[in-house]
Amino acid sequence: MEATIEVTGLRKRFGQTQALDGMTFTVLPGRVTGFVGPNGAGKSTTMRVVLGLDAPDEGRALVGGHPYPSLRNPLSHVGALLDAAALQPSRTGRNHLLWLAHSQGLGARRVDEVIEQVGLTPAARRRAGGYSLGMRQRLGIAVALLGDPPVLMLDEPFNGLDPEGIVWIRGFLRSLAAEGRAVLVSSHLMSELQDTAGHLVVVGRGRVVADTSVADLITTASRDRVTLRTTARAEAMSVLAGADATVTVTERDTLVVSGLAAEHIVRLLGAQGVPFSEVAAHRATLEEAYLDLTRDAVEFRGAAR
Amino acid sequence: MTAVTPYRSGLRTGRDGFAQLLRAEWTKIRTVRGWTAGLALVALLIVGLGVLFAAGSHSSCSKGPIEVPCPAPLTGPGGVPVQDRFYFAHQPLAGDGSVTVRVSSMTGQIRKPDVTPGVRNVVPGVTPWAKAGVMIKQSVRQGTAYAALMVTGSHGVHMQYNFTEDLAGRPGGVSAASPRWLRLTRTGDTITGEESADGSHWTTVGTVRPPGLAGKVEIGLFAASPGDLTVTPNVMGGAAVASRFAEVTAVMDQVGVRGVAAGGTWGRDDIGVTMEADGVTPHHPGGLVQSGGTFKVTGVGDIAPSAEGMPVERVLTGVLTGLVAMTAVAVLFVTAEYRRGLIRTTLLASPRRGRVLAAKAVVIAAAAFAAGLVGAAVTVPVGQSILAANGNVLAPVAPLTSLRVIVGTAALLAVAAVFALAVGALFRRSAMAVIAVVVTIIVPYVLAVASILPEEVSRWLLRVTPAAGFAVQQSMPTYAQVTARYAPAEGYFPLPPWAGFAVLCAYAALALALAAHRLRRSDV
Repeated sequence: MEATIEVTGLRKRFGQTQALDGMTFTVLPGRVTGFVGPNGAGKSTTMRVVLGLDAPDEGRALVGGHPYPSLRNPLSHVGALLDAAALQPSRTGRNHLLWLAHSQGLGARRVDEVIEQVGLTPAARRRAGGYSLGMRQRLGIAVALLGDPPVLMLDEPFNGLDPEGIVWIRGFLRSLAAEGRAVLVSSHLMSELQDTAGHLVVVGRGRVVADTSVADLITTASRDRVTLRTTARAEAMSVLAGADATVTVTERDTLVVSGLAAEHIVRLLGAQGVPFSEVAAHRATLEEAYLDLTRDAVEFRGAAR
Repeated sequence: MTAVTPYRSGLRTGRDGFAQLLRAEWTKIRTVRGWTAGLALVALLIVGLGVLFAAGSHSSCSKGPIEVPCPAPLTGPGGVPVQDRFYFAHQPLAGDGSVTVRVSSMTGQIRKPDVTPGVRNVVPGVTPWAKAGVMIKQSVRQGTAYAALMVTGSHGVHMQYNFTEDLAGRPGGVSAASPRWLRLTRTGDTITGEESADGSHWTTVGTVRPPGLAGKVEIGLFAASPGDLTVTPNVMGGAAVASRFAEVTAVMDQVGVRGVAAGGTWGRDDIGVTMEADGVTPHHPGGLVQSGGTFKVTGVGDIAPSAEGMPVERVLTGVLTGLVAMTAVAVLFVTAEYRRGLIRTTLLASPRRGRVLAAKAVVIAAAAFAAGLVGAAVTVPVGQSILAANGNVLAPVAPLTSLRVIVGTAALLAVAAVFALAVGALFRRSAMAVIAVVVTIIVPYVLAVASILPEEVSRWLLRVTPAAGFAVQQSMPTYAQVTARYAPAEGYFPLPPWAGFAVLCAYAALALALAAHRLRRSDV
C-alpha cells in the first residue's frame, strides 16, 4: 500500500453548480499537503469522492493505487476526519471509537491508545454530546488514527480549536508526516497552514489553481516586488505611477512597488528629490500569495470591492 | 525532491468480515442508552400489559342463583375442546361388527328471530352441517372417541372421527326418491365407512383407526344439528352474531347390525342434553321413534371441536404496544445516523454498503427477537396462571402450538423491526418512517380486529398488508366442517400462521431491497 492519494480529472455537478471541474493532484508521503481554497472551491467534495462517499461524474480517485470502496479494513489504509460533529450525542467518545474498532477487527486496547494519543483520556467515558468543538476535533482525529493508516485526510481540522489546540495539531500533523505518512489537510484560511504544510494544493471553482511547495509559492509571489519606505508617500506614488509601476500602500509610510527594478526606483526618486529611508526586495506572506492566486477564483465577492 | 520512506504501520490488521460488521453494529446499539432502554421497554410492555389484562379478567358461572367456578371445557381424545351433544340409539359391540342403514329423509326445524315479540318463530329447515347416520363410539360418555358416517344438511356424505377429523364423501342430499345407504364396519381397530345409492354398489368414504376407540364399544344410529348461525352486519361496522336452536329428524330404514348380541335392544341416550331449571326436564330433547323397521331419529347439538375458553394469545395483548416501541428503536437505529451525519463514518469504515444494511438488519432482528422472546415467554405462563386463578376458562393448547405462539411473537417483532429499519433507511427521516410503519402494520391490524370494518375488508387487510404477520399468534385452529364465525374480530386470521408471517417477511425483504438500492446508488 503506497502512501499516496491520486486525484485525476474529477468532475461533478450538483444541479446548476459545477462543484468539481477537472480536479487533478497527487498527495505524496512524508509531508503535510495543505488543501486550500475559498469556501465552495470543491475541497470537501473532492475528499468525499476520494473516500467513496460521493460518486464523480468523471475522473477517478485512488488511495494507494486503489479505489477506496475496494479497500479491506479501510481505516488501516486511510484515516479521515470529515465532520467532527457527526456523533451520536448519547454515546461516549470511547464507545464511538469502540464500534469503529470492532468494524476493523480491532479491540479496546487500540481504542485506549488513540484516546491517549489525542489527549482525550479524561473525557473519553463522557457522552460525546457534551464535548466542546475542540474535544470533538480531537475525537475525530482519534478516529482517523484508529487504524494507524499511512494516509490521512482531514477536512478543516482547525475549526473550533483554541490557540493551544491549534499549536498542538500543527505539531501533531508535522510529526505524522515525518513518520512517512501522506497527510492532506484542508482549510479555507491559509494562515492556519502557515508553518504546517510543506506543500500546497490551491483550488478554486472546482479545479487546481496551484500545486506547489510553500517556498516556491512565496518566491513567485515576491518576484519583482520592492518595498519602499518613505515619508513622502504621495510624491513617491505619483513619480512611480508616471513610470508605469503598480504601487500598493501597505502601511502609513510603506509602499509595495511592482513592475520596476529596485535600482530604477532609486534613480527615479533621486532624480525627483523624493526622500526615502529604505528600498528592499519584497518578501510576500503566504496569505498574500494565496490571495493573488485565488483572486479570480473566489466565487462570491463583495460587490463593493 | 527528497526520497521519503512511506509509513508502515506496526498495527496488526484485524479481520474484515461480516462478523466484524455485526459486532460493530451490535456495539452501536448497545452503547446508546435510549435504545437499550427501548428494547427493555418492548419486553416490559409485553409482560406488563399482559399481566394487567390477566389480572383484570375474572369470570364465574352461575348454577341457578349460586355462583360457581366455571367447569373446565369438555375435551376430546386429542385434548382439544369439543362439543358432544346428539341423540344416539345404540347396542354394545365387543368385537368386529357393522351397522348399515338407508337414510331416506332429513327434515328439521329452525328457530328464526321472533317476528312478533314473545312468539317463537320456528320454520322448517335443515342447517348445513346437520348430521345423521351411523356411529361407533367408545361409550355414551361425552368426549370419548368415535367414528361416524353421516348425511349432512347440505354438504353431502361425510365421515368424521374424534371430533376434529373429517373426510368428504359424495355430495348431494337425500330424499325418498334418492336415499343414501351408509355402512360402518369395524375390523380390529380399523373402521371403514362406505356409502351406496342402491345398497349393492358400495364406495369407501374412508378407512380410519381413531385413537382411543378399542375394546367394547357402542354401535348405532345418531342425529345432531348445530344451531343456525346468523351474522348480521351492523350499520356502524362489526356484526351481530346469533346461533339459534335447530333440530334435525332423519328417517332411516333397512337397519342391519352385525356383531351384536342376538335379539339385543336399542339403548337410547340423549347425550349431553341440558336440563331445564327444574333439573329433570330435558331442554330441547332429541328422540327416537321406531315403527317396524323404520327409525326416526331426532337430534339437537353438534359433535365437533369447539372454540371454548380463552386462547393462549389473548395474554399477548401488549405486543401491539411493544411493537410501537420496537419500531421507534429500529427506525432510529438508522435514521439517527443520517440525522447526525454518522452514516458517512459508518460507510468509511465499511464501504460495501449492502453489507452495512444487512448487518444492521441482522442486529436489529436479533435484538427484537430477544426482547420479544423474553416478553412472550414470561407473559404466556404467568398470564395463563393469573387468568386460571381468576376463574377464567382457558382453551387447552398443545405445547407445540404454545411454543409457536411464543417464538412466533418474537419472530413477528424481529421481522417487523427489520421492516421498520428498512423503511427508516429508505426515508432517512425518523418521524416519517415511524408513521409509515405504524400505518402499514399496526393500523390495518387494529382496524381489522376491532369490528369496525366489514368482515371482508378486514380479511383483505390481514391478507395483503404486513399486519398479516399477526396470524402467527393464532392458536385456535379452524375447521371446514364446523359452523362457526371465523372472523378477524374473533381472533381468526384469513391466512394460516406461517403464511401470514411470510407476507410480513415479503414486505420486510422488499423494503430492505429498496433501501439497499437507494443506499448503493446515492451520495451520502
